[in-house]
Amino acid sequence: MSLARYAKKKQNSLRILLKEIVRKRVSYLFIAPFAIVFGLFVVAPVAVSIYYSFTYYNILEKPVFVGFSNYINLLLNDDVFLQAVKNTFIMAAVTGPIGYMASFLFAWFIHELPRYLRAFAVLVFYAPSISGSVFMIWSLLFSGDEYGYINAVLMRLGILDGPVLWLSDTKYMMTVVIIVILWMSLGAGFLAFVAGLSTVDESLYEAGLVDGIKNRWQELWYITLPSMKGMLMFGAVMSITASFGVADVTTALCGSPSTDYAVHTVVNHLVDYGSVRFEMGYASAIATILFLTMILCNKLIQKMLAKVGT
Amino acid sequence: MAKKKFLKRRAANRSRGGDGAIFVMLMIFGVFFAFPLVYVINNAFKPLNEIFLFPPKLFVQHPTMSNFSDLFVLMSRSWVSFLRYVFNTFFITITGTIGLIIIASLGAYAVSKMHFPGDKVFFKIVIITLMFPGYVTSIPNYLIMSKLHWVDTYLSVIVPAFAMPMGFFLLKQFIDTIPDTLIEAAKIDGAKETRIFARIILPLIKPAWLTVMIFSIQNLWNARASNFIYSEQLKTLPYALGQIIGGGIARAGVGAAVSLLMMIVPLTAFIVSQSNVIQTMANSGIKE
Repeated sequence: MSLARYAKKKQNSLRILLKEIVRKRVSYLFIAPFAIVFGLFVVAPVAVSIYYSFTYYNILEKPVFVGFSNYINLLLNDDVFLQAVKNTFIMAAVTGPIGYMASFLFAWFIHELPRYLRAFAVLVFYAPSISGSVFMIWSLLFSGDEYGYINAVLMRLGILDGPVLWLSDTKYMMTVVIIVILWMSLGAGFLAFVAGLSTVDESLYEAGLVDGIKNRWQELWYITLPSMKGMLMFGAVMSITASFGVADVTTALCGSPSTDYAVHTVVNHLVDYGSVRFEMGYASAIATILFLTMILCNKLIQKMLAKVGT
Repeated sequence: MAKKKFLKRRAANRSRGGDGAIFVMLMIFGVFFAFPLVYVINNAFKPLNEIFLFPPKLFVQHPTMSNFSDLFVLMSRSWVSFLRYVFNTFFITITGTIGLIIIASLGAYAVSKMHFPGDKVFFKIVIITLMFPGYVTSIPNYLIMSKLHWVDTYLSVIVPAFAMPMGFFLLKQFIDTIPDTLIEAAKIDGAKETRIFARIILPLIKPAWLTVMIFSIQNLWNARASNFIYSEQLKTLPYALGQIIGGGIARAGVGAAVSLLMMIVPLTAFIVSQSNVIQTMANSGIKE
């Protein structure tokens, strides 16, 4: 194809595209309000983060370009950040997969219940994530004196001699935080699974029976899971968000900063630099690293889900 | 007849022991999940001497409303009246939710049914952003807010709530299930897009917007909004709750009373619309 012809063809397709855009102009009016707000408060912040991560910026003065030095400082000189990465990684590695599997297993178990019990069971398991800030009540349950419910019960049973400082003793903080996160982990993903289970085609189960499926676990692996891959992906996205975004729970339970930074998370660190110290460049570098990690995790899970049912 | 066959099939793949084990598992974990909530409800009605009973009892013996009256005494002494926090949270939740539902439904309808250049790319971006927790965008958002001069106003909490990717995602997925022929028939009858949207789409996707409402309420009702708001009179209920519980063990009873007030609204909303939520979440699959 000669260059002139190629250019002409390109021009033509551009003209067709423009024509199409004009023809569909009403649809752009429909999407405009959402697109503007979404662009401004969800997409732009990501771009802004990436930009500022290469600068020194304290809001008062103009940002100064500093290259990769924020990233270098984070990874080489900031011991607290490395501690936060370690903590976040531990939390995500425990609560992510367990929360995800628990969401599915409980949804599946609930689906096996008689119909009249289902709605109630869904409510019980979903209630912790919908009642939101009520997780603060855990700070009373795990309170460090003998009036804390857990201490009192354990002392009564003779397991403990004296009250344990659950929320400020570095030996226990991580465990307590993980318990509370798991308590809240049956969220939107769980609801998606409950719904997804009821959409699986019943005739597939009958066909499976004929083909020699013997128990509920085989049925789950060969029929149920492959029929709801979309929901599994949705649930995975929800789990990643929840497990990497931990900050509220650690702040409410152990304070921020927590004793010896024992449960300091990456997001805690980000909030510390962004809203307390106003080192926006540094905070943005943390945010950028977090974005990249989450996208990477997402890709990984996509690969893993492709293997389900094989 | 068909039902009998169905039951038989279940029996073939389900051992009685397995069914029992599942039931016991659900019971045990159900207790773990419900315990803090039961604790909150009981503590909210306990007189002070019962709260500090040793060993503690879970269930209230002599229920009283004194924690609630203490709460109002405590709050009327505070600089900003408690009702102001309640109003702020209600105001933010209601306006944010209504705005989200209107704006996101319009957009979701366009992406699902109008087939314009760029619709698929836009939806892909929405799916990617489902992953980002609010905290991560809150730092750069602060910069954007200050450029817009929205810092320390209701707008800084309400308007970003309009852009909830999850709301858009669920609405779009639900609108996908509405047959195109329905819309085409309306077009042949001479209806304009706005009319189709208002008269056909909105009523049909009621389960979806009830679901989005739940997620939005969950999000806004619990919004502490402490990042963008400094004025005490604009702060929200969860912020006040944090202050009270932060007051330590002496405020345990009042703290439980506030916690109870906090969880009633989202829980009731969920109970009322549960079947709609499940119907909507059945379309939540992400296809790649």
